[in-house]
Amino acid sequence: MAKLVKTEEENMLADMARGFLDGAAPVSKLRQMRDDGVTHDPALWKEMAEMGWAGVLVPEDAGGSDMGFAAANVIAEEMGKTLAVSPFISTAVIAATALRQVSGARAREALGRIASGEATYALAVDEGIKFDPDATQMEAKADGNGFRLNGRKQFVVDGALADRLLVLARTEDGLTLFDIPSDRAGVERTKSNMIDARDSARIEFTDVEATGDDVLGQVDQAMTVLKPAIEAGQAALAAELTGLAAGAFDMTVGYLKERKQFGVEIGRFQALQHRAAHLWCETEVTASAILHAGRKLDEDPENAGLAVSLAKARATATAKLAVIEGVQMHGGIGMTDAYDMGFYMKRARVGAEWLGDYSYHAERVAAARGF
Amino acid sequence: MSDASLDGFRAELRAWLEENCPQEMRDGKMTEDGICWGGKNWVFTSDAQKVWLERCAAKGYTVPTWPKEYGGAGLTRDQEKVFYEEMGRINARSPLQSFGIWMLGPALLHFGSHEQKLQYLPPIARGEIRWCQGYSEPGAGSDLANVQTKGEDKGDHWLVNGQKIWTSYADKADWIFALVRTDREAPKHKGISFLLCDMEQPGVETRPIKMISGISPFCETFFTDAVIPKDQIVGEENKGWDVAKYLLTHEREMISGGAGGLTGTGRALGAVLSETMEEMDATLRADAMRCEIDTLSIGLTLERYKDQAEAGQGAGDASAMLKYMGTELNKQRHELMMSAGGSDALEWDGPLGNRAGDWLRTKANSIEGGTSEVMLSIVSRRVLGLPG
Repeated sequence: MAKLVKTEEENMLADMARGFLDGAAPVSKLRQMRDDGVTHDPALWKEMAEMGWAGVLVPEDAGGSDMGFAAANVIAEEMGKTLAVSPFISTAVIAATALRQVSGARAREALGRIASGEATYALAVDEGIKFDPDATQMEAKADGNGFRLNGRKQFVVDGALADRLLVLARTEDGLTLFDIPSDRAGVERTKSNMIDARDSARIEFTDVEATGDDVLGQVDQAMTVLKPAIEAGQAALAAELTGLAAGAFDMTVGYLKERKQFGVEIGRFQALQHRAAHLWCETEVTASAILHAGRKLDEDPENAGLAVSLAKARATATAKLAVIEGVQMHGGIGMTDAYDMGFYMKRARVGAEWLGDYSYHAERVAAARGF
Repeated sequence: MSDASLDGFRAELRAWLEENCPQEMRDGKMTEDGICWGGKNWVFTSDAQKVWLERCAAKGYTVPTWPKEYGGAGLTRDQEKVFYEEMGRINARSPLQSFGIWMLGPALLHFGSHEQKLQYLPPIARGEIRWCQGYSEPGAGSDLANVQTKGEDKGDHWLVNGQKIWTSYADKADWIFALVRTDREAPKHKGISFLLCDMEQPGVETRPIKMISGISPFCETFFTDAVIPKDQIVGEENKGWDVAKYLLTHEREMISGGAGGLTGTGRALGAVLSETMEEMDATLRADAMRCEIDTLSIGLTLERYKDQAEAGQGAGDASAMLKYMGTELNKQRHELMMSAGGSDALEWDGPLGNRAGDWLRTKANSIEGGTSEVMLSIVSRRVLGLPG
């Protein structure tokens, strides 16, 4: 396997991403969008697409930059540091990976529209309060040459902004993945007012018509297409959470160096030094799991499940620790809305739930490790 | 290295192992009664253990990455990975373990003269000389640079007087590498020399210390007018602290490796716990899963640091992180194993062998080689740049 060290290209990509995001999508941008009640900035996404980010997993001959999963993780990690708002994971990672599993002109064109930034996607899987694709109840009943979809989905991340929805539904002998426009008749989207100020929706499907052409992959075999897409999304989300932890951590260490109490910088107090040092140790260990997941997805995607779950579990736990410690070490100011730490805390909580929480991934690790 | 030549190396190695590793040595036993420590007084526990050591030493496989001229096999990092994968595949025991391999060897390779390397490294690689580490003293624990054992300059040698403590296996070792104060006037970090001392002389005595685990792996070591010739110094006079720190980095990485990893031979915790508990209760299971996630991730971090070192970015002070995380995790792991063992784990040499002794032994992991708190202070000052 490739080394667990970032390559020169990956370092360059990270530097470039950081430079762009510091200017175009700092935390103050999220704050502004929240204050304005906006969850999507099409102009920003267009710029990201122009840099090749929207097409990071789209083949070059379909108009993408095809940089691979590790590169997608690098971008997601940088986005996490500044809490940049974009449909990157839903569209450029999950939807692009799903579409890549499918041959044919339609999928190819769809990939091209992703790469150019024209099309945005959301993955509609969750029906209960936890991520559990196998428990999908939503029905897609055969009807003539097509299907009729009835049911409801919740926590559809980027579901209010997306042009298209990837919808998981139960068919006669299994699960099937549909790729439909979000404005199709019978689709009723209700935007959720999320704690992280990001886009998400609850969606009702009432007699929504779908044709055979709307099926992504084979009927009753959604997982062939969806499993790699979900794993790619989980890895990218883990990378984002790792970046988030790093962002919160940097802010905290910076504060320890400048805030004075009892006449000295609070960073002189061993009680705080050791907590900060422990937090750094956790972020270092998590960084390894993220790097490994990216390598595994690029080189041995069939067997990346353990690596991905390890990354998502670790990243979830580390981000949680980083924001809890961040608020505590900032003291009262960390609790104020005027200060950015709260944004990190709220995004960490949403990221913890999305695509499987700590327990979900711990169970997957356990299954792979003889429990 | 190309994949093809690496495949060739693997095939060759696999054939060699098949032919040369005795069946008795394929039980992966790494507990105290399975380890071969070597040395002048070593009594092999079986013929197979002796044969296995000799065959590996002849190939340089006791210290696979050391240069051939010093008793190693000169393997690259990629070959080393293959080496341990193949050893793990047949569950082979490590042929030899020693402080010479883990600690002194790397320090000599870095700071020693060519003559010193030729003199000291091959006997380590062949398991002929067993070394111990003379660092801590009664008044120099976490404050290690406070060593008081003194070396008086007598022209062609130093006359050494003082006491060391926690010298692991000093009673079984042939030689000791020790931190000795050779300049009492200089600031504490600047008057220390790193000396090599033959313990087979009247001025060196050892006394084992009985530990909570019931065994005595640690000793007190006393120097009374011990003689150390001037050519037995590593690095420059009064610059032994640099050698000591370098060596500690290796020691820390070694101790942290106890947690195992994805590619290592560390066994899955789930399998270990299931041996004694058919169905784990929910709390134990949750704790064990968390421990397993962290173990695998720390294993990956060890890999990452090795890859970084190969790319020329040494871990440096970050090795304190590996030591801290690895040892704390190892303690947790053994707590879980005790829990899963229930009352069977409470007997010395009971149904689960030495499980209790192993559990108690791990409590030293976060003390020896620098306590967890010292590690956190290193990270805080040197990595995070917090004011000291």
